[in-house]
Amino acid sequence: MRLHLLALLAKEPAHGYELKQALEQIFGTAYPSPNIGQIYVTLGRLEKDGLVSGVDVEQSNRPNKKVYYCTAAGREVLDEWVDSPTEGPRVRDEFFMKLVLAPLTGIADRMALINRQRRHYLAIMRDLVDLAQRTDHDNRPAQLLIEGAMLHLQADLDWLERCQEELT
Amino acid sequence: MTTASEAGQPAIRTVNLVKIYQTGGLPVPAVRGVDLRVEPGEFVAVMGPSGSGKSTLVHMLGGLDTRTSGEIWVEGRRVDTLNESAWAVLRRQQIGFVFQFFNLVDNMTVADNVELPALLAGTTPRHARERREYLLGELGLADKADSAPAQLSGGEQQRVALARALANQPRVLLADEPTGNLDSRNTRDVLRLLGEVHRQGQTIVLVTHDGRVAGLADRVVTLLDGQIVDDGAVAPRRRTRGGAGDVVELRS
Repeated sequence: MRLHLLALLAKEPAHGYELKQALEQIFGTAYPSPNIGQIYVTLGRLEKDGLVSGVDVEQSNRPNKKVYYCTAAGREVLDEWVDSPTEGPRVRDEFFMKLVLAPLTGIADRMALINRQRRHYLAIMRDLVDLAQRTDHDNRPAQLLIEGAMLHLQADLDWLERCQEELT
Repeated sequence: MTTASEAGQPAIRTVNLVKIYQTGGLPVPAVRGVDLRVEPGEFVAVMGPSGSGKSTLVHMLGGLDTRTSGEIWVEGRRVDTLNESAWAVLRRQQIGFVFQFFNLVDNMTVADNVELPALLAGTTPRHARERREYLLGELGLADKADSAPAQLSGGEQQRVALARALANQPRVLLADEPTGNLDSRNTRDVLRLLGEVHRQGQTIVLVTHDGRVAGLADRVVTLLDGQIVDDGAVAPRRRTRGGAGDVVELRS
């Protein structure tokens, strides 16, 4: 989340709560609403590293709020993030480890493991279909995020099918 | 529509259903002893790798392929012994089928393709038209009613095929990969319509590799080498806190 907050601050200075709202608005319900404490902890770390700076702004009838802005060092880190290619998801699948290793010990049957996992993936897929229907159609980032999750899950289902063909 | 003799009967039942293809000498078993029971109103997705027999199974259920041995029952009536013309009547009156490759009538408009099954089954022209307008509207094809199938994209033709299969409000909808040619947006329309007719009580048995379609089903049947290796409900709906998704993983 560090770099996400940094990117938002490079656009305009903001305080913690505004950052939380911005993330929710841009990515919709597909994005787990970040907890405000988590945001302040992250901002604290960014500040310690010199990537953002916070200034206290006085408010009438309320405690001061701290508005953060992106520093030149922060901008450099952000440029580096944007300019470098992003790693694809790696196959480091916990289920696959279970599938290969558990039968060796005789405590599980591969066919049963795969069948249960398929039903579980389908339940997640159904939730994603629901989520897409509940999410504003015009919010393209939110819809694309959900679509991406569906495509990844479909790949997992296809892989599961290959495992069933080869390992059972 | 249900007669007394049909009450309480499964929509579809197969008993030790077998299909062996005899191509060029060697017998190739495609379906090897399938016992399947589908209750009225149930939505069953059939999954499995290619070559597992799932298309053959659903084709046999629709009378589009003959069985080698075993029994097929539709609403309490044995149908595997029917001849070609009796199957044609059954398909017209009780079974809607969506093929992988559409099978639309080329020299008729989209509207006529969708209305034809209803008219053949004796529906009034007005009802056939209303049903067609509803289905094409739901599938985002209202403006294609007067087009010829050949003028449509593959995805559009596939949606017309779905509309045609549903035109008659069949007792059972059978489909073979109904979203196989669709992009995400068109798949969404098909998912919505399938969900809606299912809620209205439509019995559905469809073959799919698409998790979005299978996730809508009440039950998933998995075939491997012509046999059922899994048959059961999709895991219960998960409840996430506050309704927010966990689509992305956050790291601080």
